[in-house]
Amino acid sequence: MSGTEVKPRATPPEGPSRSQSVLREIASGNALAGVLAVFLAVVVGSLMIAITDEEVRASASYVFARPGDFFQASWDAIWGAYTALFRGAVYNDRVDDFATQIRPLTETLKFAGPLIAAGLGVGLAFRASLFNIGGRGQMLLAGAAAGWVSFTFDLPMVVHLPLAIFAGMLAGALWAGLAGLLKARTGAHEVIVTIMLNYVGYYLVFFALSRQGLLQAPGSANPKSAPAHDSAILPKILGDRFNLHLGFVLALVAVALVWWLLNRSTLGYRIRAVGENPDAARAAGINVGRTYTVVMLIAGALVGLAGANQVLGTVTSGVTTDLDAGIGFDAITVALLGRSKPLGILGAGLLFGAFKAGGFAMQASEGIPVDIVLVVQSLIVLFIAAPPLVRAIFRLPAKEAK
Amino acid sequence: MSTTTALSPTPHTGGPVVGTVKVASRKTLVIFAVLTAGLALILATSAEAGDTTFRLAADSDFFQLPQLTVPSLPTAWVLAAVCAVLTAESLRRYLTKRSTPGWVVVVFAVAWMAGFLTWAAAGGSVPVVGLLAGSLALAVPLVFGALGGVLGERAGVVNIAIDGQLLLGAFAAAIVASSTGSPWAGLVAAMLAGALVALVLGVFAITYLVDQVIVGVVLNVLVIGLTSFLFSQVLAPNAATLNSPPRFPRVPIPVLGEIPLVGPIFFRQTVVVYLLYIAVALVTFALYRTRWGLRVRAVGEHPKAADTVGIKVNRTRYRTILLAGAIAGMGGAFYTLVSVPQFNREMTGGAGYIALAAVIFGKWDPVRATLAALLFGFASNLQGVLAVLGSPVPSQFMLMLPYVITIFAVAGLVGRSRPPAADGVPYQKE
Amino acid sequence: MKLVLRDITKRFGSLVANDRISLEVLPGEVHCLLGENGAGKSTLMNVLYGLYRADEGEIVLDDVVQHFSGPGDAMAAGIGMVHQHFMLIPVFTVTENVMLGNEATGFAGTLDLDAARERVREISSRFGFHVDPDAIVEDLPVGVQQRVEIIKALSRDAEVLVFDEPTAVLTPQETDELMDIMRQLKEAGKAIVFITHKLREVRAVADRITVIRRGAVVGEAEPTATNAELAALMVGRPVELTVHKDAPQLGDDALVVRDLRVVDALGQVHLDGISFTIKAGEVLAVAGVQGNGQTQLTEALLGLQDHVEGSITLDGKELVGRSVRKVLDAGVGFIPEDRQTDGLVGSFSIAENLMLNRSFRSPFVRRGALRRDALETFAEQKLQDYDVRAPDIHTHAGKLSGGNQQKVVVARELSRDLRLLVAAQPTRGVDVGSIEFIHKQVIATRDSGIPVLVVSTELDEVVALADRIMVLYRGQVVGIVPGDTPRETLGLMMTGERPKDVVA
Repeated sequence: MSGTEVKPRATPPEGPSRSQSVLREIASGNALAGVLAVFLAVVVGSLMIAITDEEVRASASYVFARPGDFFQASWDAIWGAYTALFRGAVYNDRVDDFATQIRPLTETLKFAGPLIAAGLGVGLAFRASLFNIGGRGQMLLAGAAAGWVSFTFDLPMVVHLPLAIFAGMLAGALWAGLAGLLKARTGAHEVIVTIMLNYVGYYLVFFALSRQGLLQAPGSANPKSAPAHDSAILPKILGDRFNLHLGFVLALVAVALVWWLLNRSTLGYRIRAVGENPDAARAAGINVGRTYTVVMLIAGALVGLAGANQVLGTVTSGVTTDLDAGIGFDAITVALLGRSKPLGILGAGLLFGAFKAGGFAMQASEGIPVDIVLVVQSLIVLFIAAPPLVRAIFRLPAKEAK
Repeated sequence: MSTTTALSPTPHTGGPVVGTVKVASRKTLVIFAVLTAGLALILATSAEAGDTTFRLAADSDFFQLPQLTVPSLPTAWVLAAVCAVLTAESLRRYLTKRSTPGWVVVVFAVAWMAGFLTWAAAGGSVPVVGLLAGSLALAVPLVFGALGGVLGERAGVVNIAIDGQLLLGAFAAAIVASSTGSPWAGLVAAMLAGALVALVLGVFAITYLVDQVIVGVVLNVLVIGLTSFLFSQVLAPNAATLNSPPRFPRVPIPVLGEIPLVGPIFFRQTVVVYLLYIAVALVTFALYRTRWGLRVRAVGEHPKAADTVGIKVNRTRYRTILLAGAIAGMGGAFYTLVSVPQFNREMTGGAGYIALAAVIFGKWDPVRATLAALLFGFASNLQGVLAVLGSPVPSQFMLMLPYVITIFAVAGLVGRSRPPAADGVPYQKE
Repeated sequence: MKLVLRDITKRFGSLVANDRISLEVLPGEVHCLLGENGAGKSTLMNVLYGLYRADEGEIVLDDVVQHFSGPGDAMAAGIGMVHQHFMLIPVFTVTENVMLGNEATGFAGTLDLDAARERVREISSRFGFHVDPDAIVEDLPVGVQQRVEIIKALSRDAEVLVFDEPTAVLTPQETDELMDIMRQLKEAGKAIVFITHKLREVRAVADRITVIRRGAVVGEAEPTATNAELAALMVGRPVELTVHKDAPQLGDDALVVRDLRVVDALGQVHLDGISFTIKAGEVLAVAGVQGNGQTQLTEALLGLQDHVEGSITLDGKELVGRSVRKVLDAGVGFIPEDRQTDGLVGSFSIAENLMLNRSFRSPFVRRGALRRDALETFAEQKLQDYDVRAPDIHTHAGKLSGGNQQKVVVARELSRDLRLLVAAQPTRGVDVGSIEFIHKQVIATRDSGIPVLVVSTELDEVVALADRIMVLYRGQVVGIVPGDTPRETLGLMMTGERPKDVVA
């Protein structure tokens, strides 16, 4: 993979000039291009909603006779969709008490937690020039491991919960580390290996879930495990009225840790050096292969945190093969939108968390399939990845070569 | 994508060297030994008594080949012994620093598989024709996808979006065939759909220099989102008019279709499968024997050199991936115009990724990639057959096989693959 | 065919790479374009070849103004180019490479390989090239690959031939053969442009010489001009062609290499049993044509090669089998031959690059965290000491000129506590001012009692720096001779011959 716009870059030296550099970035159109990319993707999403809306299509048949109807119907469809999205993701003005009004926001945070954690896992790998497409497999293995600990043992919560989380992170780390190790030892390309490990992981977990004595719930014939014991469940942080659990806080901690790792630690320095120029890193005494392995281990642990978050927090009724809920792939878009920087990933995770929360609300109230969120999400990433395209569409001046 | 890594020391660049030390590979030997030992182990530990029947003819055959019934355990042991002999032969050649020839590998593979099936189907029968014909059916989209992948990568464009091309192809074929009533129109629509995905890939990867792997991954997600959205929103409510495509009928080829064993497997198929045979032959011929192919390969190996002799690199790449997209799109049409007469969300089930695996396992060569895709189709189908036979191998492990093989392949355990040198590298004049 | 370039101007952003350059080349003459690295020679040729579009000026062939939109147009007009980095596809055969873009085809676009093969044979025999049309290009020696490039141009009936730094990768013998080929082509009425920065070659073959500096023509010269005159014209001021140095103060044997053998992953042997010793306070220069094992030698010293047999001891400690990090910790400083690939991380700041091989234990590290204040103070100091011309220490290394990049690498290596300095091609692609500076640093290092191994394919550099010279040919030592050995002798040794009167 060679250099592209979305490829992780070395952060410019921070410090006193940090706020200036943010300003410069906005002024130079980088942040603007990001905003415009989101805007463009939302416009395309709107068009799709309008085109496929029954009333719009009905009114389109007589659009020349009464164009007003057509535009009214289109507007209604789009407006309805996006207000539903907003109500589902941020603030619901249709209910009375404040707690219920802001409940959607807590749902957004709940969805954002695993997206951020897994996004960090993909983004960190990007910084070492590794493309971790294996989020799905890593989450599945992590979920299975965390789930197994959660329903097998009876321990006090202070031991049980950390142990379950640790088990998940460890499983994710090992599964991803395998790809890192293979790259280090044999040069096997991590893109191919992680893609293939997704499927291998899926069938492994599927196999374990279909066998009594492995993960399958006793006496059941379904590929599903027993539910987690209460002592291993992530506590709700705003009380039982809200679904928001400790997983989001763990994701925030992960953001801080990864930020420190990348920008302040020597390991992070070496990771970036390997990512930017592995030959120079090697000649400077940095063990490139070991760095690949270490990066994948950490990346897998972060994705594993997302997997543990799912089975210990979001869906505690038992491990299934769809526990990753698409997060493994969403994480790639989160990392790309966040430009592989921890704070960027935090922002991108929140945005996509809102899309998820709102998307389900939109499907429930307006009947618009939640898949539209996937479309908008991937369009955002495509537009973000190609700033010249966005500039061309909006006729912005080309960025001055530095 | 390039598998050269920073880990290898500076490669030889054509300068004078003192000489070469022969490095004989022992991979084949190791694989043979492991497989033989594995077969012997399962025979020794969990063998059932009884006979195994191999059904070699389809019911409609003109010439009925007789059924082959053998005592399971002794036969399996004999085949295991054959494997052991071949392993010894491989060892002998390794010790004299020679590589194991292809025929040994082929005989070993057949003997091992037969031994395995004899054991797995003890007390039952193996429908050989059904097994192989079913494998072909499962492999058809994989082969189309792999052909598209090979073409694109030979021109230097990594195509992770094969799955998206298959899926959009299946979707377009379903809609167009349903609304026109013609499967041919559906096939053309599928080709256009595959080319459309390729066009988007090209715009981002060739024109805007976005990382090709990223574009590919995102395109797959985009196509899944798009087709699922439209499926729920448009197709499901109008299933009768938009999602009930007419199927291509089976067209047995006279004479060829009557050949025992081969006929029912290869020559009693739909026109899409015959198009597949033509596509494999044409792509192979064009890639190696024509001016077009020479230029495509040049562009994928060393775009700058191609540019300096007046070849338009990016134009060549665009044309190639559009063609590749159309081929992959035909594979998509197979889903909705042959396999299942309706579109379902995410109906390819990630087959595009297996096709990608076949491209790599097939070393970027159309014929080898085709064979790899057939092998993967066989593995998937064998799983189904074994499940029916009640074999003790969990189906999940059979389904896992293509992916595991590919990991071994890229890790260099099954022959080192060398991708086109400029694969995945956008070309930009400085 | 007569070629005239008239007032060619090419800009990249604010940089003027070619500033109103004019040039005339007649049929049957060799016109030399002489200039330093980065003077704008290659840019000019890329304009001529249609790879770049000139901002101003015109290209005239036989009094017809040309408008090239790509190399295809230039070739059609009769211009052929032998590129510095060969434009050959390694996995193709000679015939396939020669026919590419100009293919003879039969029915339905099928390749007519027989016709193309015949064409290769015909051209090859006309000029005595001895090239097998069916050989795979990557298997051929460099000199033969270059002939394939020439055949490629001739097969398209080129009348104007451009040779871009063609001798960089050739042995002196191959260079002489190339000179013969050029003369032959000249006899055949071709117009030849010969781009180089090597004075000796210019005087050997040129009919006319045009010197360019910083993108502009600074004068013409006769082939009878002396080296000093040409060098002064090329650099813009009188140049010291020699480095001032005192006699070495030799210490004990410091680096001892015995029976070193290096094999690569493909089983090719790059170094076959070489032995040598460097004393403290001595410069041993390794001479030889590129690709005779020098790269593998420096990489083996650093621990960058995987299959190394024999022994390398530094102050009595064995280095073979140690990791790169351990070797660096043992006090080995390394200036790699390709700084962009192996020496620097282009997207890192100068400061970050200065700690590249000190990220484990160093003044810049405390308990796994970076000490950025210490690093920045250090970087400010080095920027001054080594005269690195950059806006500040946060400037990305990739944005610096070649000379300043190399100074960053030299600064990093020389500020460690060294027991050996390995400098591979220390001044490749560097301006003359930086060359002088870096040479002084190398000698200063020697004078502080550190053994120095210099690898260079430039004989001038070898002669300027060496106390003793080791000549490598095909992975073996031809001989180790005193630093004042005549150049003719060295040139002969670089072809693998060992003159009888040479003391080892």
